[in-house]
Amino acid sequence: MVFSLFKFVKRAFLRAFKKKSDIKLGLYGPPNAGKSTLANQISKDWLGKEMSSVSAIPHETREVNVKEKVALNKGGKKLSVNLVDTPGIATKIDYEDFLKHKLNKKQAKARAKEATKGVIESIQWLDKMDCVIVVLDATKNPYSQVNITIIGNLAARNIPVLVVGNKMDLRKANLKKIESAFPQYPVVGMSALKGYNFDDFYDSIYKLVK
Amino acid sequence: MLKIQFIPYNEIETLSSDKRVKKLLEISKENKIIVMEGRLKPEEETLLIQKTMEAISKNFKGIELCTIYPNKKRNQAFKGAVRDVMAKVLLGDREGLTVVGPANIIKDIKRNPNNIELLTEDISKRRS
Repeated sequence: MVFSLFKFVKRAFLRAFKKKSDIKLGLYGPPNAGKSTLANQISKDWLGKEMSSVSAIPHETREVNVKEKVALNKGGKKLSVNLVDTPGIATKIDYEDFLKHKLNKKQAKARAKEATKGVIESIQWLDKMDCVIVVLDATKNPYSQVNITIIGNLAARNIPVLVVGNKMDLRKANLKKIESAFPQYPVVGMSALKGYNFDDFYDSIYKLVK
Repeated sequence: MLKIQFIPYNEIETLSSDKRVKKLLEISKENKIIVMEGRLKPEEETLLIQKTMEAISKNFKGIELCTIYPNKKRNQAFKGAVRDVMAKVLLGDREGLTVVGPANIIKDIKRNPNNIELLTEDISKRRS
């Protein structure tokens, strides 16, 4: 308990005196929620190039990917962050699921092995984050244990959180369900793929990081 | 046949986080569904996920995990909040339930939000 209190005080102290340009802004969430699509869009908007590869096959991002000094400048307000795109967190990985996506057995097994390492790496990076955007697929049930575990861990570490309901362009998307699942956090509905509602999203990032 | 193992809180309260996680993982790997009194700490949940990822093999695909925690009213009276904190300090966080099971048996857990639905795999069909 004393150790936890010490970590909490140390984190609060470091955050208070940290340079604004050193801020690590993480993208966390379950696989295929659109974290890398969102990271690409942010990177494209402010650096002119994408940062991650995206695919319909789950666990496309299997290593933590950092883009340093992403300089946001909206309405004269400047903000520089190190954007961290993380592999999706899951509690199970079955290589047979990848076979359905036309990978052969060898490729599927290799992808599964890399994906398990990616999940571990994502969790290890939680302690390094200053602020986190939790990206959820708005067409799916938000009450999944992975979502609850991620947000619970961020709360325990006192890391500010913004919840994004992604894929709002799809008919099944339900932002209200996400809002009622996580009422203590700001929630923004958007579509990273279609570029919908990025204005509100960037405004929320400024509020998150300040 | 589906095997369910109940773990009362007093069976885990003296264990370290590592040992708690190890115990849950070992029982899961025996193809049993665990219903545990109380819940893990958030850091223990992530430790369980990390250890699960390390244990994934041809025969073990991972776990399904779900915790149910009673919703406390935010405007709970100060006296009640203090009592809850004291109880947690003295007795541990034994409120709620945790369900853990191997992913080859539990296909999905739906929580909505105060009840749990377990969708299980038909093992006999899987073996045939």
